[in-house]
Amino acid sequence: MRPFDFEQTANLSHASRLGRNTGQGQADAATQFLAGGTTLIDLMKLDVLRPKQLVDLGSLDAPASAVEVGLRGLRLNAFAKMSAVAEDKSVLAHYPAIAQSLQLAASPQIRNMATLGGNVLQKTRCPYYRDPSWRACNKRDPGTGCTAIDGFNRNHAVLGVDDTCIAQYPGDFGIALIALDAQIELAGPLGLRRMPFASLHIPAAGRPHIETSLLSGEIITAFYVPAGAWTARSLYLKIRDRASYEFAISSAAVALDLEGDIVRNVRIGLGGMAYRPWRATEAESSLLGKPLTEGAALSAAEAALAGARTHGHNDYKPELARRTLVRALLQAQSMPVTGASA
Amino acid sequence: MPHITRREVLTGGAALAAVSAEPLLARQNLPVQSGAPATLPVRLTINGTPHRLDLDVRVTVLDALRDHLHFTGSKKGCDQGQCGACTILIDGRRVLSCLTLAVSVQDKRIETIEGLAVNGKLHPMQRAFIDQDGFQCGYCTPGQIMSAIACVREGHARSDADIQENMSGNLCRCAAYPKIVAAIKQARDAMQVP
Repeated sequence: MRPFDFEQTANLSHASRLGRNTGQGQADAATQFLAGGTTLIDLMKLDVLRPKQLVDLGSLDAPASAVEVGLRGLRLNAFAKMSAVAEDKSVLAHYPAIAQSLQLAASPQIRNMATLGGNVLQKTRCPYYRDPSWRACNKRDPGTGCTAIDGFNRNHAVLGVDDTCIAQYPGDFGIALIALDAQIELAGPLGLRRMPFASLHIPAAGRPHIETSLLSGEIITAFYVPAGAWTARSLYLKIRDRASYEFAISSAAVALDLEGDIVRNVRIGLGGMAYRPWRATEAESSLLGKPLTEGAALSAAEAALAGARTHGHNDYKPELARRTLVRALLQAQSMPVTGASA
Repeated sequence: MPHITRREVLTGGAALAAVSAEPLLARQNLPVQSGAPATLPVRLTINGTPHRLDLDVRVTVLDALRDHLHFTGSKKGCDQGQCGACTILIDGRRVLSCLTLAVSVQDKRIETIEGLAVNGKLHPMQRAFIDQDGFQCGYCTPGQIMSAIACVREGHARSDADIQENMSGNLCRCAAYPKIVAAIKQARDAMQVP
């Protein structure tokens, strides 16, 4: 690991000022914020991230409670550990997709370390990004090319990819957030501001080394998930190569508001499949106002994957995504849901 | 024949081993940006005892334990947060010491495998791993035991499936998994978690 300067502060705006060179996700950003460290320290050991300065967010003044549930929705403290929110009873009851996306992620040790804010900013697991002995990686070293496009790309993205990068966004929590219209609260050079979670991760657009729309020095402080009649009937279905402690090869976060079998409202996020957290709006539109049958679910899944681009080893993915989404929708339909959501 | 511990044999053998391992070490020896790295004073409280060290800022809790304080119970498996061999408790929660910078956990309560036995009496989880034969080579065992204690305290050892899911962060290449599950069930009943 390369040497770095280590800064600790109890004050959020001081941390933000120290982080004025954090950039937008570039591997060579001069400064990185340290939260749980489960991605950052790993990638510094691998010489992928090469910061000259770490700003530790672990000593910030004691933040408010991890979870607040109110009539308008759910507020999650971005500095809360994944494990604290995964087991929260009100999240489990009213926003099960959120709780499940955290429970099914990583291992108990990592869930005890990783924060929610760090989780959504985790880096791709593309093996060519993670190993600098592969020279070509546009995400790690801009302009060098992409080894994965003609390489071993079994778990690379099929949605939202371009000719410069097919890296997959590996997270689970982000898939539930994008499905449920989450907003994020940021502290930084502009003071406190809010933006849709959907705007956080930006398209590759020929510049995959630029990953987020955060300003340098901005720190995610909270997540807001608006209340809705669909949040209680929500789930996160994760398909992976082993039964636990593995990244998704396909996943779906779905939320349904049903009147009998008629879909009044639906929210769909897809994981293990796309360059960034993926909202399947075409699939949602195709279901609205219709009875939720297996056939309707399959049509929706076909709409969701219409734009898929595969590269050989990941040719299986669109079909797996369709089946994942159909199963998730039918499971959500049969969920026992009592009472209204919070 | 003087008494020699296994660790002394391993330490003595390191000079020999270094010859064959040289290319690997060279590859990991990444460029240093400017001269000798500065050290920082670091306070670590391990199994109730405070320690003061001067550490390079890059030193992880695992390396501080093993290389600087010679608490070699916690093991380095992958050193990348994938295997769980380095699992310890910090402020009562199981975490990976290989991905935790020592400088970031000052004034926190660090518990390692060395702190479990009291006056030579093994912790119920240690006893259970022996009784149930919950290991073969033993390399992952300290991490398994620390993780297992937390698993029971968290209330995540209600059934075999519950234990399997909540111990998935600890890999055992000898595949002693069924006996590890048996050991955790034995210890769960002995630990009398409130």
